[in-house]
Amino acid sequence: MAVQSKEDRRSSHFPRRNLWSGFLFGIGFVAFFDEAVFHQLLHWHHFYDKSTTSAGLVSDGFFHAFSWFATVGGLFLFADLRRRKGLLLKKWIGGVLLGAGIFQLYDGTVQHKLMRLHQIRYVENVWIYDLVWNTTAVLIMVIGAALAFRTKKGGRNAQ
Amino acid sequence: MHNEHHMQTALSASLWLALPFLAALLLYAWAAFHSSRRYSSWPLFRTLLWIGGILCSLAAVIGPLAEKAHMNFIAHMAGHLLLGMLAPLFMVLAAPITLILRTLPVEQARRVSRLLQSRLLRFAIDPITAFVLNIGGLWLLYTTSLYAHMQENVLIHMFVHFHVFLAGYVFFSSILCIDPAPHRRSFHFRAAVLILALAGHSILSKFLYAHPPAGVSSAQAEMGSMLMYYGGDAVDLILVILFCAQWFHAARPRKSASSKTVQL
Repeated sequence: MAVQSKEDRRSSHFPRRNLWSGFLFGIGFVAFFDEAVFHQLLHWHHFYDKSTTSAGLVSDGFFHAFSWFATVGGLFLFADLRRRKGLLLKKWIGGVLLGAGIFQLYDGTVQHKLMRLHQIRYVENVWIYDLVWNTTAVLIMVIGAALAFRTKKGGRNAQ
Repeated sequence: MHNEHHMQTALSASLWLALPFLAALLLYAWAAFHSSRRYSSWPLFRTLLWIGGILCSLAAVIGPLAEKAHMNFIAHMAGHLLLGMLAPLFMVLAAPITLILRTLPVEQARRVSRLLQSRLLRFAIDPITAFVLNIGGLWLLYTTSLYAHMQENVLIHMFVHFHVFLAGYVFFSSILCIDPAPHRRSFHFRAAVLILALAGHSILSKFLYAHPPAGVSSAQAEMGSMLMYYGGDAVDLILVILFCAQWFHAARPRKSASSKTVQL
């Protein structure tokens, strides 16, 4: 990373780097939101629900670690884009939403349902919660993709 | 009678564990004072970090918390966080190798840096080795009967505690690279190992929530594992921020090829 500087200076890399920076931060942010709101404030999610598969435990551990790193790393990449005057805000926000949506969909389908890593809430008719959760995830993803991939022209002008 | 004997061995074990840390404190203070008089003054914040690290270690090996840790898994875990994470982090930031190199006479300093470049030491301080020693050691401790043996046998107790500290120190120094290290790994490589270690730590803490080590009640295991999970996250957040700040500094746009050193 340290020796890339020549490559970095080429502004043609900026759109892709904006997307990546946003994407990483999006994953990190949604994971942080999940932890803060659903685990700590609402107490809907359980720290460890004993029906979790070992694959679920491993997947959760890796996503937790990756998202913890990505939150900070994504923001440092954001700061790097700013100091290089290469920030394309729409593209970046598109990346954030894309990352957030994809992670939430993965969490809501594979982790909650397939690997049985805790449920959204321990109530009857949990499927309603699942439906709202996953629909929101898809919506966030679509908005993110629209923002990220429609801003090519606007981005160039903004530079 | 038996109990009294047990208390005495526990106390002497604590003293033996505390001694190297006290020696390290005195040596560092002496070196900082001595080399400040000969060269530029050694940064005060590094000395303070070293003192902070020693105090964290001492709190874990001697005194009320260490005594409670024999019976109580939550206290054990608090001590583990201090000895294996917070103390090593502070002490790595105190850059002791740099201080040694500038305190020693040139000839001896050269010998030390040759030692650092030796194949064995290069292997020992590689992020991957440090990761295996650190996270692998924790898995061994908590998922085998080692944890129960550690509470019975004074020598195993001392060995485990030194290992937890040293593995933590080597791991943090291999990720942050504050001190001069030959053949420093790339940021990508170190980031990958850091994520791997974070994952290993959080998987183990959730595993312990449901599978307490032998002799630990499930209520204590649940509290202890949550302390391990969130406490680990807090220290790792500091580590990740410092690591990214080093990258941010190293990757800054430069007009001329100026100094490449990373200072934090």
